[in-house]
Amino acid sequence: MKIEIDLCLQQGRFTLDATFSVPSGLTVIFGRSGSGKTTLINAVAGLLKPDRGQIKVGETVLFDAASRISLPPRKRRLGYIFQDARLFPHLSVQRNLFYGRRLIPARGRTGDQDQVIEMLGLRSLLNQYPAHLSGGEKQRVAIGRALLASPDLILADEPLAALDLPRKLEILPYFERIRDEMGVPILYVTHSAAEVARLATTVVVLDGGRVTQVGPASEVLSDPNVVPTGVRSVGSVLQATLVSHHEDGLSELDAGGVALFVPRVDRPIGTRMRMRISAHEVILSNRMPEGLSALNVIPGTVGSIRAGEGPGALVTLQTQSGPIVARITQRSANLLGLAPGTQAFAIVKSVAIAPEDIGGGGSSAPTGIL
Amino acid sequence: MQESYFWLGPNEWLAVRLSIKVAFWATLISLPFGILVAYILARRTFPGKQILNGLVHLPLILPPVVTGYLLLLTFGPMGPIGRLLEPLGLTVAFRWTGASLAAGIMGFPLLVRSLRLSFELIDPGLERAAATLGASPAWIFMSVSLPLALPGLLAGSTLAFAKAMGEFGATITFVANIPGETQTLPSAIYALLQVPGGEGPALKLILVSVVLSFSALLLSEFLNRRLASGLTRT
Repeated sequence: MKIEIDLCLQQGRFTLDATFSVPSGLTVIFGRSGSGKTTLINAVAGLLKPDRGQIKVGETVLFDAASRISLPPRKRRLGYIFQDARLFPHLSVQRNLFYGRRLIPARGRTGDQDQVIEMLGLRSLLNQYPAHLSGGEKQRVAIGRALLASPDLILADEPLAALDLPRKLEILPYFERIRDEMGVPILYVTHSAAEVARLATTVVVLDGGRVTQVGPASEVLSDPNVVPTGVRSVGSVLQATLVSHHEDGLSELDAGGVALFVPRVDRPIGTRMRMRISAHEVILSNRMPEGLSALNVIPGTVGSIRAGEGPGALVTLQTQSGPIVARITQRSANLLGLAPGTQAFAIVKSVAIAPEDIGGGGSSAPTGIL
Repeated sequence: MQESYFWLGPNEWLAVRLSIKVAFWATLISLPFGILVAYILARRTFPGKQILNGLVHLPLILPPVVTGYLLLLTFGPMGPIGRLLEPLGLTVAFRWTGASLAAGIMGFPLLVRSLRLSFELIDPGLERAAATLGASPAWIFMSVSLPLALPGLLAGSTLAFAKAMGEFGATITFVANIPGETQTLPSAIYALLQVPGGEGPALKLILVSVVLSFSALLLSEFLNRRLASGLTRT
């Protein structure tokens, strides 16, 4: 199911002018605050009306200025997960969860309600009121409420932004499962590179109200000219398989034949994982290093070197595991004699791979969508 | 004086019961209008909004006598609305129903102010969330906005009720001071104070009205607090 968006919307002095088409799966709208992400998603929801353009989900036209179609939000079959959960404070968790589901005829309901409640661990909370829930619990209820509304399209507007790190780590896997198991397209707004790396089937980069890039996470995050949130968000995304758990608290992954060690990941052996490696956490060496505390050494060939405006340079290393981007100084690149085609080793400390950077990964979308 | 309740004489008791009846119906009838007007004022922008707002507040600032006289002009037997109501058997002038109408109109601004504030405090994001979940505007109002405005509804109704219990100027102008029909507590107090030796019975009624008003206020506070603790906002 394709999502096709072509819209123009003026809000005061800000203009959103976005055109893109993405396949089903989880599409991350990636951009800085003020780039128009929320405006875009609200236009898709029908909470804002574009000045012109068209919004299509599969064969359903949600908005078409030319033929004067603009479905009201209630007719768009949405599951909108807001940053601030927006649970109804006067209703119990149970009644919040079923608020949308009750409004659709029984035959139109999708998904098994017990399964959703189990998956999100909400069984014991059903009789509580939102005021008594923690931030993470609230967001879980909000996710459940959206899923139970039997949506044709799930919208999520920075659903993790208001949560602290442990809570983020608690909620992230649910989005992975929804992406991999529900078969409902998702538009997910964020400014976090880690969330992009873990969740995106496709990334749409938004900058100043315009789409600057559409592509898979690995492509977008490794390109400093595209990453909207600054060079510190640049990194690479590797696909790997969980091979074993070691007794010293490390988990071993296999990334294209290279063994990688990361802090323990609580997933079953054999799980497909995605992991993001920040470019500034990667050290390069021009020969096989010895006597080093870092556990992960990945051999490869230098693909490209891009000098930044400052002293830094981004070196892309083509490895068996996929491209790995390292942010080093231009001086180091010269000292090591790095040039496209030369051999080099990428060195990554295990502990540099943060828990939010690694998760279960459905495969990335085929490249070159637009 | 064979029929006396507690230490009130039958006439005084009559005034108390009439007052409660008048105030009860005044509040009940003005509720739907109050809810509608308050919601429109809180959530909609339209030309003439300030005029509507002004009209609602007019009874608060006009001399009550003027309000009563205007009511007499419109709802009296010769008035434009009064003439329409008469064939339907609905006479309000000089009837307890008229006293209710006057009391309702005088309490209306209080009801609307309190409700409007409650509606304005509701995060519009909640109403939008309901819309994305498939709720129609009418259902959003019934299932989200109105329940969340309940504290304001209760506080406003209690205030309007208390105001209706104490209404005097507009009532006496519009429906006069007929014992058993339009003689509410304040009218009865006024009437007693006009006759020599009436201070004693008047004092009893004054006590009754103080107790009633004060209980209404306490009740509203109590309900408000119960509600607030039940649904602490997220």
